[in-house]
Amino acid sequence: MMNKLLKRLACLSLVLLVVGCAGTRANYDYAAFKQSRPRSILVLPPLNESPDVKATYSMLSQMTYPLAEAGYYVLPVTLVDETFKQNGLTTAGDIHAVPPAKLREIFGADAALYVTVSKYGTTYTVFDSVTTVSANAKLLDLKTGATLWTGSASASNNEGGNNSGGGLIGTLVAAAIKQIVNNVSDAGHSVAGTTSQRLLAAGRPNGILYGPHSPVYGTD
Amino acid sequence: MSERRVLTLALFSAVLLAGCSTPPKTLYQWEGYQPQVYEYFKGQGNAEQITVLEQDLQKIRAKGNMPPPGYHAHLGLLYAAIGKDDQMVQQFQTEKELFPESTPYMDFLLKKYKKREG
Repeated sequence: MMNKLLKRLACLSLVLLVVGCAGTRANYDYAAFKQSRPRSILVLPPLNESPDVKATYSMLSQMTYPLAEAGYYVLPVTLVDETFKQNGLTTAGDIHAVPPAKLREIFGADAALYVTVSKYGTTYTVFDSVTTVSANAKLLDLKTGATLWTGSASASNNEGGNNSGGGLIGTLVAAAIKQIVNNVSDAGHSVAGTTSQRLLAAGRPNGILYGPHSPVYGTD
Repeated sequence: MSERRVLTLALFSAVLLAGCSTPPKTLYQWEGYQPQVYEYFKGQGNAEQITVLEQDLQKIRAKGNMPPPGYHAHLGLLYAAIGKDDQMVQQFQTEKELFPESTPYMDFLLKKYKKREG
């Protein structure tokens, strides 16, 4: 009896495992993406809808990692920013308004990534403080101006909870410490790293496809 | 199914699970590149950053790995900021060699530099 149950459990867990690994991809149309096959991506400084002025450059400096590890050449974000500045474009809004053809002429990139940070910051309650970073992205073909992919992601630093026990006083003390940490250590920046990873890493459901530098390029 | 086979199956599942969770090897050795980029945007001193990035580059080379895209280009920008133009040109050339996709932009920057010089 026990054995039979174990057997069934083992089979079920195997099936679940396979399903879990395979992920789901069915509902996103990658036709334009696959036709365009971009090799290089120009990441523009993100638009910032949050009240924290740090959001744009905090996010910008975290987005090279997931895209490069996905297999794309990512144009050097600091140099790109300097080039915009030297041409009188000092805000993300100005930069996002530059025609794709002009971007292609200067940077020679195949695609450009337009990101908007919708949330960046810490909300305080009596018992807790939570830092959240949310963003959405659009990948544009710079030759045709066509949209190749869109996506959004969010992350916060209270995922998994922090119920350490210790009753009400313990909770209050923990909340106070966390608030200080969130304030002093620019917690938004490390959360932005998680958001970037969720937004732009390849191999995620409905995520960006692998690029030419990846050993699994063309398999997704 | 014997107990042993159940055990084998369990072991197999465990191995599969481990396979799912193991982070795959990265394409590049990043060292402190992204934090340095953030520091640059916040206005940290260029000379100190060159020291850190050059040291990290030694570590990357020692392991025979690749620095990430933009690493040498960013170094070039830092050298330009402290007036070491020949070093800047060299870094941009290295970026081109490692990543041919960077050629149009690197050439754009080098052409602008030559115009300023000439």
